[in-house]
Amino acid sequence: MADGRKGTYPVAETVAPVVAEYARRLPGCLTAPAAVDSIPWRRSDMDVNREVLLDLHYRMLRIRLFEEEAGKLSEAGRIPGALHLYVGEEAVAAGVMAHLTDADQLTSTHRGHGHLVAKGGDFKKMYAELFGRSTGYCKGKGGSMHIADVDLGMLGANGIVGGGPPIAIGAAFANKYRGTRNVTVCFFGDGASNEGTFHEAANMAALYRLPVVFVCENNGFGEFTPQAKHQAIRDVADRATSYGMPGLIVDGMDAVAVYESAGEAIERARRGEGPTLLEAKTYRFFDHVGVRGMGVSYRADEEVLEWRKRDPLLSFEQKLVETGVTDQGSINALRERVLFEINEAITFAQESPFPDESQLLEDVYAVSGGVR
Amino acid sequence: MTTAEAPAAREIPYVSAVNEAIRQLMEADPDVFIAGEDVAGYGGVFGVSRGLLGEFGERRVVDTPISESAIVGLGVGAAAAGLRPIIDIMFMDFMGVCMDEVVNQMAKMRYMFGGKARLPLTLHTMAGGGMNMAAQHSQCLEAWFCHIPGLKVVMPSGAYEAKGLMVAAVRDDNPVIVVNNKLSLGMKAHVPEELYEIPLGKANIVRPGTNFTIVATGRMVHESVRAAEMLTADGLDVEVIDPRTLQPFDTETCVESVRKTHRALVAHEAVRFGGIGAEFAAQIQEEAFDYLDAPVGRVGAPFAPVPFSPALEKHYIPTADTIAAEVRRLLGKQG
Ligand SMILES: Cc1ncc(C[n+]2csc(CCOP(=O)(O)OP(=O)(O)O)c2C)c(N)n1
Ligand SMILES: [Mg+2]
Repeated sequence: MADGRKGTYPVAETVAPVVAEYARRLPGCLTAPAAVDSIPWRRSDMDVNREVLLDLHYRMLRIRLFEEEAGKLSEAGRIPGALHLYVGEEAVAAGVMAHLTDADQLTSTHRGHGHLVAKGGDFKKMYAELFGRSTGYCKGKGGSMHIADVDLGMLGANGIVGGGPPIAIGAAFANKYRGTRNVTVCFFGDGASNEGTFHEAANMAALYRLPVVFVCENNGFGEFTPQAKHQAIRDVADRATSYGMPGLIVDGMDAVAVYESAGEAIERARRGEGPTLLEAKTYRFFDHVGVRGMGVSYRADEEVLEWRKRDPLLSFEQKLVETGVTDQGSINALRERVLFEINEAITFAQESPFPDESQLLEDVYAVSGGVR
Repeated sequence: MTTAEAPAAREIPYVSAVNEAIRQLMEADPDVFIAGEDVAGYGGVFGVSRGLLGEFGERRVVDTPISESAIVGLGVGAAAAGLRPIIDIMFMDFMGVCMDEVVNQMAKMRYMFGGKARLPLTLHTMAGGGMNMAAQHSQCLEAWFCHIPGLKVVMPSGAYEAKGLMVAAVRDDNPVIVVNNKLSLGMKAHVPEELYEIPLGKANIVRPGTNFTIVATGRMVHESVRAAEMLTADGLDVEVIDPRTLQPFDTETCVESVRKTHRALVAHEAVRFGGIGAEFAAQIQEEAFDYLDAPVGRVGAPFAPVPFSPALEKHYIPTADTIAAEVRRLLGKQG
C-alpha cells in the first residue's frame, strides 16, 4: 500500500495489518488489541501482542537484509568508503523504534543504517546515498557515516564517536521547550560511553529532566578493543546512577525484551520524568568495518559462534513459528518481498546520476530568513 | 659499480618508516611511550604501531579508551612529569574532541608557567581525503595548530621525511604535532636504517628550478612535482619546495627561491581560505615584493566540507592538473 510520503512498502499476507500500520507509522498503532492472548516470552505487563511481534520481526528483517546486501556490494568494491554494519544488533533498533513516531527523534552512530531502516527509512534513498548518488538522502555528500533523514527525526549517523549525545539532549530540549510529548533517543556504543560528551550530556539531561533515552548498544568492543580493556566496569548502565537517572540492562539479542524496557523508558520521558540510560547487551557479527567478522585477530571464532546461536532475527523467527504467531512460509514470503524491494532500490541507486561538480559548493550555508 | 659493492638503497613504505622511527626511539629512550586508540593490540588502524606491543609490552604501548581529551591530557601530564610521550589521535578530524588539551594546555603551559615546564610531547595524527571517507574523516586542519604559539607542526611528504621528522619531533622538548597523510602511507622511498633527524624548521628543495617556485605541503609535494614536469612543456623550469615543518616555517629558503624565480605559488590539500598557504604567501610577498613578477598564487580545496561521493571528492582535492592550471593562470597575470 502507498504510504503517501515514503513510497510503497511490500506486504505479505500475514503481516498485512501491522505493515499497513507501520507504513503509515501512526502514533499508537502498536497498542492495537492483541490477536494472540498469551505471548510466552513477554516479561512485563506491557501489551506485547501479535502485531507487535510481527512489527519487530519486520523491522529486524529489513535491517538484516539491507545490511547483508550492502555488505556484499561493499566487499565487491561497488560501494565506496567504509561501511560499519549492524548485523547482530537488529533487536535493539527494532525494539526501540517500535515505540517512536515520525515526530520523535534519534541520534545515531557510525553504525547507523539499522537505526534509519527501523525508523522507516527509504531503501532507495539509503542505497543511493551509500553509492554516492545525487538521489541519496544526503545528495551523496554524506555517505554511510552521515546518513540522515531529518524529516523522519533521524538526526544523522555520525563519524565522531560520542558525537550524538550532546545533539540528542539539544533535540530533547527543543521538545520540552515547545511543550510536545516527543522523545529523543540517543544511540551510542560501549566505546562511546568513554567520551566526555556522553557524560556531559547525561548530566545535563538529568539536571533539566529532558525527554531523552540514552540507548547504549554494548556490543563488547570499541573497534578492536574488548570492553574489558577500555573500561573498568561491566555494565555501562551503572553510570546512570551517578547522573541521577535510572539505568536498565536488557538482553539486546531479544527484540521483545528491548521493546519492553525501551517502552518503559520512552513512556517515562514522555511523561516528563526525565532521561533513562538503557544498556542493551548485544554483539556485532561482522567486523568493525565491512563483513568478515570471523578469523580475525582481536576475537575468537568460538565467541562469535556463541553469540550467533542467539541471532536476534533467526531465533525470533523460530519463536514466532513455534508459537504459531506466523509460519515459515509467510516468513519466507516476507523475506522475498523485502529482497525484491532491496533489489529495486539498488537498481534505482545504481541508475541514479552522480552529483554534478556544481553541487560541490551547495549546502554549505542555508539561505537565511528563518528569524522572526 | 656492482650491486655487491653498493647494495640498492633500502626502500620502505611511509607507514613502515614511521613505525621504525617509533621503535628505534623507544629502544633508545626508556621514557618514550606511545598511547592511543587501538595502538597496542591492533597495532594502530593504519599499522603505524604494528609489532610494538610485542616488543615493548603494555607499560609502554598503551591502548586507551575512546577519550581523546583524556588521551591528550595524559600526554600533557606525563610530559610535564618528565616522560616523552607519543600520543596518537587516529584521524586529525578527532582533534575537534580534544582541542582544549591541545590549544589551552599543551601549547601554553610552558609560557604560562614562566618557562618552568617542559613538554616533550609528540601528537601524531592522520589527515587527508581521497578515500571517500567524507567530512569527518578527511580533513587537513594543520592551519589551526600553526596559529597557536607554543606548538610546532610538521607535515612529512614521504617515507624519508616521515621517519626523520618523527625522530626530530620526539626529540624536541616542545609539543610537536606530526600530520601524516593517509594516501601517502603506502608510498615507498629510500629510508636509512639508522636513527636520523630532519631538523625542524628546515625546508627541502625537492626539485630545483629557475623560473617558478611552488611551495607545497605533505602529499601536494608529489602533485607539485608532477605539475612541474607537465609545465616543462610550457617552457617553465619549476622549483618545488617542501617546507616539511609548517611551524616554524622556513621563510628564508622560500624567499631565496622566489628572488631567483620571481614567481610563486603555494599548494596544500586543506581548504584554501585561511589555509597555511595564506601565511606562506604573505611572508613571501612581504620579504620578496620587489622580486615578484606576479601575485603569489594559492591552491587549496574549495570552501566546503570534504564530500563523500567520489564524483565530488575528485573535484575537491587539488591535483597536479589544478596546480599546473593555476601556474598558467598566474603567468597570464604577470605585470
Ligand atoms: C572521536 C572519535 N574517536 C575515534 C573514532 C574512531 N572510531 C570509529 S568507531 C570506533 C569504535 C566505537 O566503539 P563503540 O562506541 O563501542 O561502537 P561500535 O563500533 O562498537 O558500534 C572508533 C574508535 C571516531 N570515529 N571518532
Ligand atoms: Mg561497541
